Amino acid sequence: MDWQAIFLSLKLAAATTAILLALGVPLAWWLATSTRRWKFVLEAVVALPLVLPPTVLGFYVLLALGPRSPIGALYLRLTGGTLPFSFAGLLIGSVLYSLPFTVQPVAASFAALDRRLIEASWCLGVSRAATFRRVVLPLARPGIATGAILSFAHTLGEFGVVLMVGGNIPGITRTASISIYDQVQALDYASAGATSLFLLLFSFLVLVLTYSLQRRAWAPWPTN
Amino acid sequence: MGTMADQLICDCRKRFPSGFTLDAALRIPGDVPVTVLFGPSGSGKSTLLRAIAGLEPMDRAAIHFRGREWTQLPPQQRRAGFLFQDYALFPHLTVAGNVAYAATPESARRAMDAFGISALAAQRPRTLSGGQQQRVALARAIAASPDLLLLDEPLSALDAPARARMRQDLRSLLLASAVPAIVVTHDRTEAIALGDWIAVMIGGRIRQSGPVQDVFRRPSDPEVAASVGVENVLPGEVAGRGGGLLTVRANGTLIQCVDSGETGAVFVCIRAEDVGISREADHSSLRNRIAATIRAVLPEGPLARVELDCGFTLAALVTAQSASELRLRPGDAVSAIIKTTSVHLVSHAGAGGYHR
Repeated sequence: MDWQAIFLSLKLAAATTAILLALGVPLAWWLATSTRRWKFVLEAVVALPLVLPPTVLGFYVLLALGPRSPIGALYLRLTGGTLPFSFAGLLIGSVLYSLPFTVQPVAASFAALDRRLIEASWCLGVSRAATFRRVVLPLARPGIATGAILSFAHTLGEFGVVLMVGGNIPGITRTASISIYDQVQALDYASAGATSLFLLLFSFLVLVLTYSLQRRAWAPWPTN
Repeated sequence: MGTMADQLICDCRKRFPSGFTLDAALRIPGDVPVTVLFGPSGSGKSTLLRAIAGLEPMDRAAIHFRGREWTQLPPQQRRAGFLFQDYALFPHLTVAGNVAYAATPESARRAMDAFGISALAAQRPRTLSGGQQQRVALARAIAASPDLLLLDEPLSALDAPARARMRQDLRSLLLASAVPAIVVTHDRTEAIALGDWIAVMIGGRIRQSGPVQDVFRRPSDPEVAASVGVENVLPGEVAGRGGGLLTVRANGTLIQCVDSGETGAVFVCIRAEDVGISREADHSSLRNRIAATIRAVLPEGPLARVELDCGFTLAALVTAQSASELRLRPGDAVSAIIKTTSVHLVSHAGAGGYHR
């Protein structure tokens, strides 16, 4: 079993999830509440990674991060390194790739919120930001948890984007799924099987935990 | 009617995509404890209430409360407690958490005591009855020490028996809170039971406003008359009871009605069609007999509306046939006949009607 690759995958998934929560929750709030007419354009952009082949997404991310692109040039000037084939580049690709997995469940739970609860809070003199923190976030917690878990699990299993943006550098960009592919290519079925089994069990465990937690989160609501 | 002492001056206009236009000018005098915004559903009452709270953007608005400009203020700075139709309690917080949401622990505890919900402190809103939820919502609003309370159809989410009970409780609670309130309702009995001042809203406009008994007694036009139901509404006081009958003193006149347990200040409601007119002596104990002078006789198709002066104005609706048989003419001395079962009392805690 390639522990280094598994550890890298977990690290990538955790970092991606953290960034996605910071970016995705405000974005989901905007999507759920905005009345702008062109909102659907942004909705389509967010959902794009769901239908786009990962290699296509990876190709454009690779172009966008290259040292000749504005982003890549800025990164080079700030850090002295390049984004492609680095962990940071991998992280950017993963965030884009898993964006809909965070935004969609979170936006759905925001949209399902009773608007009058928010208005009641405003009328009690509580600011918009505090209302978001004290009413919106606690009530949307199941949706946010679902978004975080899905993003984590999705990043853990990604292959195409990683291959295009990160390549296959052990300890830096060789994630578990790449490692499995390599092991199969090298006809090392035993190692591939062990890593696969680990990923399977881990993913299953995470989902079981999610569903049991969600049930508990909804406990204040009687089931009848 | 707007004077310097008005507590609320509100001019709001908004055109909706459906074509409905809200164009409301509302004035409430400074010393009115409870105002009722009354009208049929779809007349724009709730929208106006939301505009006052700052929750509904208007095309054009000018709102002043106690001399302070509210028009540009966000809801947070208006300090107007809003009671939603289904109470909008926070489901993730306990009763105590809801009441203390925007209050100091001290004022939260006082509100919980005042509204008799201290025993429910640890419960979640979903486990409460409608009446309990209403008390929690009211306590939550009061604990945040608002300058004005806005209540949107506060009794409509309750079942009928609870509604009748809460109608009286609600007025007592509102008076005890000493915060002026505006209550939206489409129910006539609710309007009479809760309000001191009433503003009648039809088709997006305030058509008439004034003390409750004045608006019910003298609707300004036929549409207002139709919506308030042309009732004789008189402020009165329960003066005695016995033999299943209750005696109420209204404007110095004693009126008897069936005893259904009211005490203290009441509004006496008599439908115009339940007022008969007689020129003969009749001593049935089941009837009230009030000496009156005819002020006007107004034909209304097959009916005739007779305005009587009994020391107070009493409207009677009789058939055109009996009006001509009795030869009713202005200035005639007659008797107004009202069955004891036709007198309907609505309890009205606190002052017996608002007078300017």
